[in-house]
Amino acid sequence: MAGAHKSLADRSRRRFLAKAGVAAAGLAAGMRFIDFPHANAASDPVTGARRWGMLIDADKCARGCNACVTACNDEHGIQGQGRPETDAQWIRKVTLRDNATGRETSLPLMCQHCEHPPCVDVCPTGASFRRADGIVLVDKHSCIGCRYCMLACPYKARSFVHEELTDQKPWSPRGKGTVESCNLCVHRIDEGSGRIPACAEACAREGHKAILFGDMNNPTSTLAKELADDDSQELRADLGLNTGIRYEDL
Amino acid sequence: MAMTDNITGYTDFSVIEGRGAGFYTLLAALAAIIAAGLWAAHTMETEGHHVTGMTNQIVWGIPHVFAVFLIVTASGALNVASLSSVMGQKIYAPYARLSALLAIALLLGGLAIITLDLGRPDRLMVALTHFNMTSVFAWNVFFYSGFVALGALYLWTLMERRMNPLTKPVGALLLIWRLTLTTATGLIFGVLVAREAYDAAIMAPMFIAMSLSFGTAAYIVASLAALDCTGRPLDDAVVNGLRRMLAIFVTVVLYFVIVFHAVKLYGGGLQGFERFLLEEGGAITTLFWIGQIAAGSLLPLALLTWKRTAPSRVWLAAAAGLVLAGGLAQVYVIIIGGQAYPLRIFPGREVIESTFYDGVVAQYHPSLVEFLLAFGGVALSLLIVVLGMKVLQFLPRTRVAD
Repeated sequence: MAGAHKSLADRSRRRFLAKAGVAAAGLAAGMRFIDFPHANAASDPVTGARRWGMLIDADKCARGCNACVTACNDEHGIQGQGRPETDAQWIRKVTLRDNATGRETSLPLMCQHCEHPPCVDVCPTGASFRRADGIVLVDKHSCIGCRYCMLACPYKARSFVHEELTDQKPWSPRGKGTVESCNLCVHRIDEGSGRIPACAEACAREGHKAILFGDMNNPTSTLAKELADDDSQELRADLGLNTGIRYEDL
Repeated sequence: MAMTDNITGYTDFSVIEGRGAGFYTLLAALAAIIAAGLWAAHTMETEGHHVTGMTNQIVWGIPHVFAVFLIVTASGALNVASLSSVMGQKIYAPYARLSALLAIALLLGGLAIITLDLGRPDRLMVALTHFNMTSVFAWNVFFYSGFVALGALYLWTLMERRMNPLTKPVGALLLIWRLTLTTATGLIFGVLVAREAYDAAIMAPMFIAMSLSFGTAAYIVASLAALDCTGRPLDDAVVNGLRRMLAIFVTVVLYFVIVFHAVKLYGGGLQGFERFLLEEGGAITTLFWIGQIAAGSLLPLALLTWKRTAPSRVWLAAAAGLVLAGGLAQVYVIIIGGQAYPLRIFPGREVIESTFYDGVVAQYHPSLVEFLLAFGGVALSLLIVVLGMKVLQFLPRTRVAD
């Protein structure tokens, strides 16, 4: 009697477990659709198949035009504190005079996204790193603010955040006590929507088209073709850093 | 009370009395300076580094000058320990304990400064758990912590008689360790290919020479203060040995400085930096010629070797003090001067416009908080030495003959 009762209870328990299992599976499947829509470009792994870079034509860059700098500041929420020696600058305009010919040129200067970045070599915690697609970044969560990377950068491309910041852009994390630099508008690249970095976009909008952005590894890209056709140069090529930013008509 | 030559017996050690008003005044003064340093660090962390004189051009300032100076000096403060325990110079044996205490204390003072200057000192644990092994800084995390651990182990072998047989091997390991540490400290700058003032392998041996010189000077000041002034034995032979060593090390540093700058002067287009440093650098040039070379090298060399001043312990202390001041000037010239001179991003071209100070010499005006943090680190080193001598038997009291 007791055995029949136990068997009945067992069957009831199994039915319950089966129903619960079906319900859980259905729920999981539902969640699957809700939480994980089909993969988009942002969740694609970053690989070395691409190398993002730029070609800057100094001939087209207009002296006195600051559109690229303004666009960068707007995009990343960079605001001056009226202290030019400590204010962050991710991109700056520089005017040069050739010592031999006296020719004057203007150009934007930012992180050169080196293949062999000295900032990455010297960073004690690995906060400075180079993505597989060539973008050199700072992980703001592991930067301890030692500034060794700033000493190591041949282009003075990095800034240290010297004060408390408010109203940062969600796509551009920045914070007091850490080091930062041009990230090639990585958030735009990772959107996969084809938006180009803010500086290149602003330059084109002004009609100068001095900044050409693209994939250096893709032989069909305009950038790769221009690099192949024209004489471009790296800044401090003697250091052998293989920069992702190239210049022509310096 | 001078000890005689040919020490054959072991020495009797004791703690310092440390009861008088003078002792407590010293402790209170050091504690006050440390408190001011902590306040400075807190201000830098809460306000941000704009309250310092450091900028995006001069990214390392007074805190780094003092920290590097203390760390380099710490390594050389072990000279007496190495002479006694590794090279078998028995006359230095009674003084090896103070040598190791001073070394550990100086290193901890330097590390405190460099840590509290970080933009995010609250992330110290990140630095201690995430290592990028291509970074000289990451190596130094191991070298510096290992130095303190080995120094403490070395002291144990000296103070615990059953551990005495290990003094020589541990002392030898510590000697190798500190030479490596100072090499890596010099290479912090030596590996920086971007800057004309650095990018030189010779910076490693130059830093070793600097450590031997500054460390010997620091030991002379410490031993004269701790032993001579308290009527404890400080053997004439030891004092003469330290004097000779200091003269030799100051000369070796000068040699490296001359070779370093001569090579830079010789190289193609690099004279710009040398012209800046040697002629046109304003305060940097003054600190180099007056601070580092005249007051920090030539004058102490004269005091250490001139027959009228050489026998005097007072003049020895003065010479050692000058070497330390000159050393500080030298580290300032290396760190600040090397950053102040502009990067050559565009060889063959002159920068005529820039919003980021390209092509111009960077100005540096250190602020009070930087000095307070730096002095706090020095005071921490001194406090460790004083308290160490109060709680453990670091100083020889009398010599016990066989």
